[in-house]
Amino acid sequence: MDQETRRGATLIAPPLLYALALLAVPLGAVLVFSFWTQDYLTVDRTPTLANYVKAATDPIYRTILGRSLVISGAVTVLTVLLAFPVAYYVSFHVRPDRKSLWLFLITIPFWTSYLLRIFLWKVMLGYNGVINSALTGLGIIDEPLTFILYNANAVVLTLSHAFAPFAILPIFVALEKIDRSLLEASRDLGETGVTTFFRVTLPLALPGVIAAILIVFIPTVGDYVTPAQVGGSEGTMIANLIQAHFGGLNDAPMGATLSIVAMASVTVIALALVWATRKLGGAR
Amino acid sequence: MLRAYTIAFLIFLYAPILLLPVFAFNDGTVIAFPLDGFTTKWFEELWTNAELHAALVNSLLVACASSVLAVLLGIAAARANIRYKFPGKTAAMGLIMLPLVLPEIIVAVSLLVVAIRILGLDLSLWTVVAAHVLICTPFAVAILNASFQSLDASLEEAAIDLGFTRGETFRLITLPLIMPGIVAALLISFTISLDEFIIAFFLTGSDPTLPVYIWSLLRFPRLIPVVMALGTILMVVSISILILAEWNRRRGLRRAGVADKGGFL
Amino acid sequence: MTEPLIRLKGIHKYYGDYHALRGIDLDIRAGEFFSLLGPSGCGKTTLLRTIAGFEDVSKGTVVIGGQDMTALPPNKRPTNMVFQSYAIFPHLTVAQNVGFGLRKAKGTSEEKAKRVAEALQMVGLAGYGDRAAHALSGGQRQRVALARALVLRPKVLLLDEPLSALDKKMREQMQVELIRLQRQVGITFILVTHDQEEALVMSDRIAVMFEGDVAQIAEAETLYRRPVSRRVAEFIGTMNFLPATVGGDEVVVAGLGRMPVSSLQNTATTEGESVAGFRPETATLLFPGQEATDRIAEGTVTEVVYYGDMTYYDVRLTGAADPVRISMRNVFGRPVLEIGAQARLSWSPGAVTLFR
Repeated sequence: MDQETRRGATLIAPPLLYALALLAVPLGAVLVFSFWTQDYLTVDRTPTLANYVKAATDPIYRTILGRSLVISGAVTVLTVLLAFPVAYYVSFHVRPDRKSLWLFLITIPFWTSYLLRIFLWKVMLGYNGVINSALTGLGIIDEPLTFILYNANAVVLTLSHAFAPFAILPIFVALEKIDRSLLEASRDLGETGVTTFFRVTLPLALPGVIAAILIVFIPTVGDYVTPAQVGGSEGTMIANLIQAHFGGLNDAPMGATLSIVAMASVTVIALALVWATRKLGGAR
Repeated sequence: MLRAYTIAFLIFLYAPILLLPVFAFNDGTVIAFPLDGFTTKWFEELWTNAELHAALVNSLLVACASSVLAVLLGIAAARANIRYKFPGKTAAMGLIMLPLVLPEIIVAVSLLVVAIRILGLDLSLWTVVAAHVLICTPFAVAILNASFQSLDASLEEAAIDLGFTRGETFRLITLPLIMPGIVAALLISFTISLDEFIIAFFLTGSDPTLPVYIWSLLRFPRLIPVVMALGTILMVVSISILILAEWNRRRGLRRAGVADKGGFL
Repeated sequence: MTEPLIRLKGIHKYYGDYHALRGIDLDIRAGEFFSLLGPSGCGKTTLLRTIAGFEDVSKGTVVIGGQDMTALPPNKRPTNMVFQSYAIFPHLTVAQNVGFGLRKAKGTSEEKAKRVAEALQMVGLAGYGDRAAHALSGGQRQRVALARALVLRPKVLLLDEPLSALDKKMREQMQVELIRLQRQVGITFILVTHDQEEALVMSDRIAVMFEGDVAQIAEAETLYRRPVSRRVAEFIGTMNFLPATVGGDEVVVAGLGRMPVSSLQNTATTEGESVAGFRPETATLLFPGQEATDRIAEGTVTEVVYYGDMTYYDVRLTGAADPVRISMRNVFGRPVLEIGAQARLSWSPGAVTLFR
């Protein structure tokens, strides 16, 4: 082992050992746990697939897992669609020395307490909330709307709000990297502004869009607070179910199984997405 | 049109948090319209709430410990990543950065399983710190990667060439030049830890952190205006820290003589 | 003959499977301005960093001032380096940069301040001490880097492509200043460069390197006039190559004709197919009415490139496939030949080299 290798290995050792001990080992433990079963107050350590079978067949588990993925998917699509024009505006239409100010403005709300932001959406969407008060006050509706809180819609809206900066930043970074002379070249070669956007800008921004999709999709699948606050019974997601198994239901092995299933689903979807874009974009 | 859309989007982003001060100063216990008049009593109540003070102190302790430890680990990882080649580097960095793309509930569950079911530990603020270090380290590494990347390797070689040891070089050259990155990493880690709920919710013992305490308050409507007052203060503090971080970043750029190309984070 | 200041013996360097330095033997004398010249990737920078101690050698020894320094780290060696990027510490002032290495030296702070001032004076930056380092221009950074290295009075100053970041005018000015500085301080300079003109202008001796090996070590003039191989000849300046056939004591060069082998410069000629080369300025095109001073070859002008003070002619010699290039100084009143014109070439066998 030469000197360089030894120095690098010595440096990486503390953070690596930390991650091994507090991440790799615990994840392994969860995996082992998921093959055990809860027998009233004790854990039966006989390895079995029973929990996985239950997760796959019990309608409650299937519904909630499916719903989590659908809600996250909807959040991801909505967030990225809403975020792209903002990133585009800041990158292409804001003076260079003002860009950091705009990004600053975009990120500020994100640094306010997450719990309170979610709670405030409840205030916005509630029966006597801001939106209903405003709409009845203006005489647009007679009775307060009820379909905007305690359901999946509320979860999608709230999560889209919470993850907006996460989608804007990677897209902005990708747009910033585009050499502006490429756009001029495209115009010079006879493309219009619109076709230039679709044939040059968008393909070059694709890595940023993919990053945004992953950054929004992965954590939202496992979000606990938003469904618990604004989701009601129709908006319950997998994290609430996992928490319930570790808490009130006292069935940690089943909770572990659900964690593994959730993580596996997210990983498969994320990898499929990355693979599909590689395939689409050729060998880039 | 794009500009109008962007401004509308900003209003959407700011709408909920603008309600914080509105209800913090509203003289009524129901968080709904119409408003009931101006009061500062919720802030006064904050002042006398001992449980809240304890939670705040807990959170500050956790955030300080987590951010310092995460940044120390982050410096080691980022430096190894940028400066050295060694077998298994990609895999090692992948594992260290993994919490960035892992739902937090998974981190919480896995640590809970190990701490309680395997090691039989009592949950305490230290279990929270241990977990927060894990999730803050990737952010610190990401920021410090950029710092080490923009640090010309020949600066360190020059100092060694001029007669200094590696340790002295790190202290005299490397540390001052990556200081803006260290400060940014500390601030971000601190903020993440201070605001983190679900892991703390799983791993905290009898001493709640501030988010865990706020969570418990959300179930008691009478106390919600107090939470609004607290939220208002937290918002002001967060924005102050952000402005400080931005100022620090710009100063770093100026020092390095680089033009500001924008891009917080 | 005195002991050389630097003696490299059998230096090998491997990066994994890549053989970066392939058994380098090199002696550098005290007070010499020595250049390592070669295309990028030839190992010249690696060799310089080996002398500085930044690269540990896989095999071989580095002796500086009679002492084996192979295992010593850079901070223990009597060498100082001017980096390609200059490596000026951006958080320090000019004076703090120059005085950086003196922090460890003995002496009072007044003495050190005086040495810093002297060093700045020497590189033409007197009075710049309080400037912030990041506010300097490229040329000024270069001077600060020089002062910072020289203030420690090293035995050897190592310069890694120090002029490559400067524009052409600035580069030429710094070349002259470096020569002046080297004569003034008398320290051994070792320069790494890929620019053959820079090496020719500045150095007492030059080592030409290809692919981790030294091809030739010589003074500038020898290197230009007597390159040991076709590769060295091609790398330094321009040379025309013509196929040649050696038979016994005689050689036939395409376009130039038959002549005794002994009349040419040659590098260990073997019997059979070979290559002969000459520099563009060693032959002359004869203008109408001009008498030949040496041997004559006939041909046709195929290309004319006008440079103002010079004109380059490509001439296809009768009996040769590819044209040769001839450079001619333009003289007032003499017409420039046109493409297609018949040309008579006056050349001398002594300027032709026969390569293996």
